[in-house]
Amino acid sequence: MEFFLQLLIQGLSVGFLYALAALGFVMIFKSSSVLNFAHGELLAIGAFIFLVFSVRLNLPIPIAFLFTLAGTFAMGFVIERLFLRPLIGEALIEVIMLTVGLAAMFKGLLLVIFGGNLFNYPDFLPKALTIEWGAITIPPVYVASFIIGIIFLSIFGFFFKYSSQGIYMRSVADNQPAALSLGVHVRRVFAMSWAIAALVCALSGIILGIMNGINVHDISIMGLKVFPVVILGGLESIGGAIIGGLIIGLLETFTGGYLSTSLKEVIPYVVLVFILLVKPYGLFGLVEIERV
Amino acid sequence: MRRLRFHPCGNFKERYEEELTIFTTDFGRFWLLVGLLILFVVIPFLSKPYLLYVINHIGMAAIAAIGLNILIGYTGQISLGHGAFFGVGAYAAAILGTAGGFPFWLSVIAAGVITAWVGMLFGIPSVRLKHLYLTIATLAGQFILQYLFVQWESLTKGPEGIMLPRATLFGVDVKGDRAFYYVIFVSFVILTWIAVNLVRTRYGRAFIAIRDNDRAAEGMGIPIFRYKLLSFAISSFYAGFAGGLSAYYIGSITPEPYTLFLSVEYIAMIIIGGLGSIPGSVFGAIFITLLNELLSHATEFFMNIGALTKIALTIAPLREFVFGLAIVFFIIFEPKGLAEVWRIIKSSFKLWPFSY
Repeated sequence: MEFFLQLLIQGLSVGFLYALAALGFVMIFKSSSVLNFAHGELLAIGAFIFLVFSVRLNLPIPIAFLFTLAGTFAMGFVIERLFLRPLIGEALIEVIMLTVGLAAMFKGLLLVIFGGNLFNYPDFLPKALTIEWGAITIPPVYVASFIIGIIFLSIFGFFFKYSSQGIYMRSVADNQPAALSLGVHVRRVFAMSWAIAALVCALSGIILGIMNGINVHDISIMGLKVFPVVILGGLESIGGAIIGGLIIGLLETFTGGYLSTSLKEVIPYVVLVFILLVKPYGLFGLVEIERV
Repeated sequence: MRRLRFHPCGNFKERYEEELTIFTTDFGRFWLLVGLLILFVVIPFLSKPYLLYVINHIGMAAIAAIGLNILIGYTGQISLGHGAFFGVGAYAAAILGTAGGFPFWLSVIAAGVITAWVGMLFGIPSVRLKHLYLTIATLAGQFILQYLFVQWESLTKGPEGIMLPRATLFGVDVKGDRAFYYVIFVSFVILTWIAVNLVRTRYGRAFIAIRDNDRAAEGMGIPIFRYKLLSFAISSFYAGFAGGLSAYYIGSITPEPYTLFLSVEYIAMIIIGGLGSIPGSVFGAIFITLLNELLSHATEFFMNIGALTKIALTIAPLREFVFGLAIVFFIIFEPKGLAEVWRIIKSSFKLWPFSY
């Protein structure tokens, strides 16, 4: 029972992280229908920028954190401007391949700069965040990630629902030509969504780094785990991303705990194929109906 | 004797057959003959063993890339599982060659057929899925196959890998780079010939119709699911065949090479070479294989100079960076790839000195 609870909590926190990582992915997909294969690398870039600010430059943690967010926000703009903007209106395959290329590029670049070693952040989370509940202890990382996640999810929820920029983004996602004809600056929306997505990625990258340490390979594999999550939840749905993340996290942890650790890595993809066959648009995705 | 045909000074085609011909002039046939002569008579005797080794790798990569181009470039179904299919072919050939006791030629062909079935299995999601969703499904296929290579130890021997027996063909021992050169390039020529002609038949036209507009294709009575599966099967056959050849060529296999990165490499080949172009796949295979060799040489070169070992260690990941850069560069600046560059060069020669 104790083992079960420990797994449950671990699974939920891993799942929460997946949800957070998937959030940036869904943002990009919602506003520009780009399937971003460079997602894991964006996570890694965020984590490494924070590493540079906090460890190498020795800035205080809050300032390093803010700098990281600002830096990745700007980086998102640059990526969109340099690589994605020339492809607006091009065939889907080219955009997908471009993100595959970007993924290889970023990964190579990170490996050249930082190497494939495991890095760690200094232990800066206060011990007071530890929750002890009977025999179960929840480490502060999980608590902190949960709090940060809740804060950011609600900020983005409000952003999409009420701010004009968020409404523009939703309109572009819904119908690009209609949004254009109503005077929405579609290109700015694309740039904005990449910037926000890079920021969200940095956030989840940092939390991931606190939990498991930062390693280019591990984090970029994480970016591919996002696919089962978003497919399960539905590509367009933020709520779906959260629920999908939790389900996949739990599934993975329980498989690792009860069945076998090697199966743990592959089970999300097995589930993915199964979902794609049974319910391709996920739990909360938009069902496209096509008839001939 | 019929008259030689030269390039017309404009588009004077009157029948569809003329549009579909492979050789518009007799020069094309002549150059093909010259090319084949160079391929089979000149290169194997003039090249050093190392160069032959590289060319052999180009040949195998080109076979797999042509397969992937049939799937992505002609049918428009993006697959991220080609590296794993290549691996399936390698494992199938290895298992049939050792445990099954099949002869070399049969196990390579059987590897192609088995991979075709596996490819069809992973193509089944295409019945309901398109574009993004299908891409993700093939990504899942890649990971599942990769897992099986390592974990299904009773069949694949896990991380240890399998040693293959010596290849023999028609009673002759196929050993050394030159013998393999002939095996690889004879199959390359046959498979290229099949692919070039395939895309001109009703099947090829159906593939192109599905790529351009699947709904319209279905409206015109093309059973799209069947054709998509066929495209998956053909493309996987090419991958599996190339994989089988490579397993015999290298002599032993382990699960390491058949990762997602290999799939990305193949995609890079056909994008850099040119989507929807058979010569393009070959150009891409040449480009990527040479790039690979060049980078590994650079690494070795720096490794040997004591003071620069540190640079060498950073060059290894640089390979991935250069790959990504090449893909990104070609998509942004020359989306039709090297095949288009080649066409421009050719046509500027054709029109010279009146280039307008």
